[in-house]
Amino acid sequence: METAVEQTMTSRPDKPEPTKWKRAKKVFKGHPMAIAGLIGVTLFILTAIFAPLIAPQNPYDLAKLDILDGLLPPGSRLYDGTYSVMGTDALGRDILSGVMYGLRISLFVAFTAVLVGSSIGVLLGLLAALRGGWVETIIMRAVDLKISFPGILLALMLLAIFGTGVDKVIYALIIGAWASKARLVRAVALSEMKKEYIDAARLAGLSDFRIMTRFLLPNSISPVLVVLPMSISGAIGAEATLSFLGVGVPITEPSLGLLIANGNDYLLSGKWWISIFPGLVLVAMVLCINVVSDRLRDHSNPYLRAKD
Amino acid sequence: MLSFVLRRLGQSSVLVLIMSILVFVGMYVVSDPVAVLASDDFTEEDRIALASELGVDRPLMVQYFSFLSNVVRGDFGTSFVYNEPVLPLIVERLPATLEVAFLAIAIGLCIGVPLGIYSGLNRKKKTTKTISFLTTVGYSIPNFWQALLLILVFAVWLKVLPASGRGDTTTLFGIELSFFNLDGLRHMLLPAINLAIYKICMQTRLARSGTQEVMFQDYMTFARAKGIPRPRLIRRHLMRNILIPIVTITGLELGGLIAFSTVTETVFSWPGIGKLLLDSIHNADRPVVVAYLILIVMMFVVINFVVDVLYALLDPRIRYT
Repeated sequence: METAVEQTMTSRPDKPEPTKWKRAKKVFKGHPMAIAGLIGVTLFILTAIFAPLIAPQNPYDLAKLDILDGLLPPGSRLYDGTYSVMGTDALGRDILSGVMYGLRISLFVAFTAVLVGSSIGVLLGLLAALRGGWVETIIMRAVDLKISFPGILLALMLLAIFGTGVDKVIYALIIGAWASKARLVRAVALSEMKKEYIDAARLAGLSDFRIMTRFLLPNSISPVLVVLPMSISGAIGAEATLSFLGVGVPITEPSLGLLIANGNDYLLSGKWWISIFPGLVLVAMVLCINVVSDRLRDHSNPYLRAKD
Repeated sequence: MLSFVLRRLGQSSVLVLIMSILVFVGMYVVSDPVAVLASDDFTEEDRIALASELGVDRPLMVQYFSFLSNVVRGDFGTSFVYNEPVLPLIVERLPATLEVAFLAIAIGLCIGVPLGIYSGLNRKKKTTKTISFLTTVGYSIPNFWQALLLILVFAVWLKVLPASGRGDTTTLFGIELSFFNLDGLRHMLLPAINLAIYKICMQTRLARSGTQEVMFQDYMTFARAKGIPRPRLIRRHLMRNILIPIVTITGLELGGLIAFSTVTETVFSWPGIGKLLLDSIHNADRPVVVAYLILIVMMFVVINFVVDVLYALLDPRIRYT
């Protein structure tokens, strides 16, 4: 832990950029899998951002769809003369275009939920460490309560109560993301609180808020940053699962999970491409994030780093 | 130990109470059951009559306490859809879920722990790198898509295993089980593998990191210096020490397994409690959803408790006071 803390102390935002870049290069040097993962993640994000420009078809534009193009296997020629690389679904929508647009929704939901949820978690964790007493008791009991319950069930329960929709899924995933970060940050922050610079800051008469944001936060955040990619890939999977079960995003905004669900009915009749291609993309994306995340975790573990 | 047990029981009851309030308020207050149950041609008087019949016209506190006192007596209400008491409805589906969950845990432990110990002992080998990559892949495939792949490969293409349902069951002590029946076992295999893949990956990682840590301990060096043969070293010294985290996490994950069985059971149409929950959510069958969630919380409390006690039994360094 000590090394991770020292590392963050030197990577304060006011340090010049090159050292950060060099350190980032060192993390991935000699780990081709992790580099491949990083490239993969970048490609997926770019595809999601530029989907309307590069997708062969706009799957939301019902006027462009032709029912004669329905359920064509991969590589088929469509009615308008173009080819469909991944085949089409029952409505004649091109699967590849659906996947590109689905990627947008999947990534948007997961990133928003994890970033907001983690910020709340970090804030609560710092508050618990700084204030102690009843504030800490309430926050940490709430964390225990949340962690004793599996995330997917909690999300199912929330969506059962509040109904479905993109915003509701994001809320459900935010509630799933905060607790582990609060616990993590509090543990690090507690050991930081014992150090002299906090006493010095207190003696200098700084407010709790300033101590929290300028001193405690930069020194306690690194373990959270290490688990962040894993949280995002987990949220992508959770959103896909919820959408697959029919309690996630609406049919008008199909994420990858919903695309897979659409193909589920055709799977038993051998029309595999409708479910399999969106699933492959989903797995590839989660895998890329997880490979990067594994590398970050191994690197942040001083015991393993010594042996690299 | 006794005071520990008593304190934990106290904490657990508070936890169950808080969860029951949250679930109750969530399910009974946010949406209006009268609106769900009343048909379009209901007059205002009919609605009021229905509300007083359901008891939802009373103050919230009164509703909650009557709900609570019924729950304590084992009465979770009547399902809107099946029109039967909820508790037996859930209990009769529980064996199907537990059966698959235990088979999945068994598969996970039998494959994961040996793979993990092997990886931990042979850090530099190529096979270890492959195993490590495969566990990452296993972690990355969402449960439901794994299930679809299994159905596609084994049921649609190879046609060797059935894709859905429970098949024949054998009745043992009044409980229907698929385990002792060839057809039942065939039906059980795909859902169990589906749940087990994640377990295998987790057990492999736990056993690997445990092995790596334990192998560098002084007592292992000493045991090696004493000339203890390797198989005995692994069995008596290594296994015993890595078992603690494995038992804890497997126990804690039992709840997660039952949670994820909602997904597996839905895909494979396996008639367990997970499928019941999802069907009830879709049908707005609130008594079933509430009962399921409260029973699950209770189960979690029991699991956590048993894990803590097992922990103390396995590791003599841990003593609860």
